[in-house]
Amino acid sequence: MSSVLVFLEIRNREISRISCEAVAAGHALAESVGLPVDLALVASPGNPILEHIHGKLPRKVYAIDHPLLHAYTADGYTAACAQLIEHVKPAYVVFPHTYQVRDFAPALATRFQQVLISDVTGIETSNGAPTFIRQLLQGKLNATYRHTGSGPCFLSVQAGAFRADAPEAGTTVIEPFLPKLEAAQIRVQPGEPFRASAQTVDLASAQILVSVGRGIKEEANIAIVQELATALGAELAASRPICDAGWLPMDRQVGSSGQTVAPKVYVAIGISGAIQHLVGMKGSQCIVAINKDENAPIFEVADYGIVGDLFEIVPALTAAVRKIRK
Amino acid sequence: MKIIVAIKQVPERDARIRIDAAGKWIDLADVEFTMNESDAYALEEALQLKEAHGGEVVVLTAGPERVGKTIREALAKGADRAIHIASETEDALAAYDALGVAQLLVAAVKDEQVDLILTGLQSDDLGLGQTGVILAELLGLPHATLILKIEKTETGIRVLRELEDGWFQHLELPTPAVLTVQSGNTKLRYATLMGIKKAKTKEVRTVSVAELAVPAQPVVVLEHVKLPTKQRTTQILGGSAAEASAALVEKLQFEVRAL
Repeated sequence: MSSVLVFLEIRNREISRISCEAVAAGHALAESVGLPVDLALVASPGNPILEHIHGKLPRKVYAIDHPLLHAYTADGYTAACAQLIEHVKPAYVVFPHTYQVRDFAPALATRFQQVLISDVTGIETSNGAPTFIRQLLQGKLNATYRHTGSGPCFLSVQAGAFRADAPEAGTTVIEPFLPKLEAAQIRVQPGEPFRASAQTVDLASAQILVSVGRGIKEEANIAIVQELATALGAELAASRPICDAGWLPMDRQVGSSGQTVAPKVYVAIGISGAIQHLVGMKGSQCIVAINKDENAPIFEVADYGIVGDLFEIVPALTAAVRKIRK
Repeated sequence: MKIIVAIKQVPERDARIRIDAAGKWIDLADVEFTMNESDAYALEEALQLKEAHGGEVVVLTAGPERVGKTIREALAKGADRAIHIASETEDALAAYDALGVAQLLVAAVKDEQVDLILTGLQSDDLGLGQTGVILAELLGLPHATLILKIEKTETGIRVLRELEDGWFQHLELPTPAVLTVQSGNTKLRYATLMGIKKAKTKEVRTVSVAELAVPAQPVVVLEHVKLPTKQRTTQILGGSAAEASAALVEKLQFEVRAL
């Protein structure tokens, strides 16, 4: 019988949060099309993690195990997942949209003459036929996609787009899956992951973050944002382009390639709100956006917004904060 | 090193967003186009490799006539020649899915013997983030994504790959290989006046989509687009800068209780 097969990732010896969200998306999809859910992850069958599958119970958990999968490679994962898919024959294959998945899932889908529907933020099903929502133009537009191919439908879900289900009591079947892999298939030699520099700023523990983006235009202008941060007793953060330009150090970067934060207040200044930034901060309790473009995606997640020239608003805001802090 | 750089021309970042009559894309009237950001970084990496090791940089792009501007820009920056997969209309390529577009790219370069194929990690318009990886699979080549640095080694290349949460990793690959390049690791060059002049004499090979004989048989189709709905209700604070600021401070003080 056909199924929804969800691939999970282990990070820091746990099933990652986005993987739990992918499981929830998989269950929601499975219910709407009337199929069972199977999970799969690269792990030895004896790995205790397999006993801690969060969310609703799957029909089966496949523990994909092979010495050549101990370090991630696109070649190894593509081949192993392809063999499992041929074995299980799912109708849908669901991934968390992580950097690792982006590295191999498009090749995996190509192997089945399919196209991965990547970075999905919503699934809508009518008459047993699902459509998938994803964002275009850096979040300024939503598009609805439909899978029309005859093979399995591959999709990856965006971080934070689906709510992970509460764990359900009960047991599930854990089935080892031993793919046939040979060392010669792995063409890429991976090195050990490393951190470039010690993280000296812990943005995650800040109560208030003042974050600056492209709208600041020049390095010299960062001073006005720093003044606001100082007045608020906040840490200074930034979106990627600011750190890429070297205007602020990398350890102040918020987003998928930087830190994930959820402060009490997040003030986004001149940040349009590309999804890579939003995933790093949309869990904040209160989001304030200051931007000249009223259609900037940042306003989709903001609680308070000021539309206008940040070079006028930021100094005025600093003055207003100082007034009550005196 | 002979390097192909696959480049896409995309709407400018601040392009006005109005949905077109068919409801499948934005109205392109008055929209300015630009070189996709991460593709510009891929081009820069290619030019730096050529400067260090010699060789040739070939630009590969698909699109209607307007992409000629992006091709000239790449040639002016130092690419040696270009291949333009020309579509007759704006939406001729929209009939293809990511796999179909990659098949077109492969068909257009099948006679080129290359060491590297570079492209950006994703486009700023459709954001599928897959073209490079699909190309690698179709060509049977090894690949790596989210690449920040490329060094030539005796047997191939050594690259720096970005992982999540501030982690990195080095990888070694044999060549030929396909890499997708992340933005921001290096400074982009400007075209010089001399470069712009030279670009006019450089070869641009145009092949039509029809000539490549890749049928449009999408397995994934875009049905329609919509403006996003808000996830939170945003209170827009109006008035002068001082009034809006005072209102915000009051909200942060008494509603959010953060000050």
